[in-house]
Amino acid sequence: MSMYKIAVVGDKDSILGFKALGVSTYPVTGKKEAIDALRAIEKEKVAVVCITEAVAQEIEEEVERLQRQPLPAVALIPNNKGSLGLGMQLIKRNAEKAIGADILFGKEGS
Amino acid sequence: MEIRAKPTRMELNRLKGRLKMAKRGHKLLKDKRDELMRKFLELIKENKALREQVEAQLSSSFANFLLASAVMSGETLEEAIMYPKATVNVDVEMQNIMSIHVPKLIVTQREEERKNATPYGFANTSGELDSSIATLAGILPQLMRLAELEKAVFLLADEIDKTRRRVNALEHIMIPQLEATIKFISMKLDENERSALTRLMKIKDIVRGDESA
Repeated sequence: MSMYKIAVVGDKDSILGFKALGVSTYPVTGKKEAIDALRAIEKEKVAVVCITEAVAQEIEEEVERLQRQPLPAVALIPNNKGSLGLGMQLIKRNAEKAIGADILFGKEGS
Repeated sequence: MEIRAKPTRMELNRLKGRLKMAKRGHKLLKDKRDELMRKFLELIKENKALREQVEAQLSSSFANFLLASAVMSGETLEEAIMYPKATVNVDVEMQNIMSIHVPKLIVTQREEERKNATPYGFANTSGELDSSIATLAGILPQLMRLAELEKAVFLLADEIDKTRRRVNALEHIMIPQLEATIKFISMKLDENERSALTRLMKIKDIVRGDESA
């Protein structure tokens, strides 16, 4: 069985901590760098890509394209300024797509 | 709406076969959809709970990290974590949920590294950094599970959407069309039969009239 790596993409301040864990980090600023980073990740044997929500917001299509492939799995994480709620939104969107109605977040009203 | 077809017996048989097939496919796809839905509901609930948990823990880790970066100078901080001694790898196994391939991730982290993830000496660094990295190391397995779940949920949602479209297309278009065409052909065939019969009777009358005259 082969080993895969974990990659983290985000602004430098947010992902520095991950570096201490031995995870490959890709500090990016701006859309172009983020796309380049994802392209680079695709070429490597990476199983999981954690992307901060702030970055993911700018490159939504790329993120979706990655998620559509069997590997890597993409997880959105909040950055150090707090959560944008993008990850939750994504869950909600998936629920709506599959079921036709939002069942999980119904109580909060939207 | 009906499919254009020649009103022949052969065509009728062919269409009846197609209808049977369509009905069977419809039933199977419906079952598939229901099972996918069941799985999906299971996963998405877990997904939501886990995301809430991970987000909360990550923010606490980030808060500590922010404190650490405030206390320590930027250079020392970067120096401290520049060379991680731990390496994290994941094993990937492909899981098959209703013929959708979903990766299953297994984090392999050596035990001593998990307990002591700090790659630096304690002399020049602040305590906040330690706890920040400790939490981060702690949630890594959960983060992997989250990534795995999110992917599964995404792919399942896609598949459910597709299956539902197929079920609806069969139910509301294919099957009614086939039924209408079959009805049209059998009516036409009956009509032909009746007209052949009356023609025969008519001819018979004419022939008899000739004989008696």
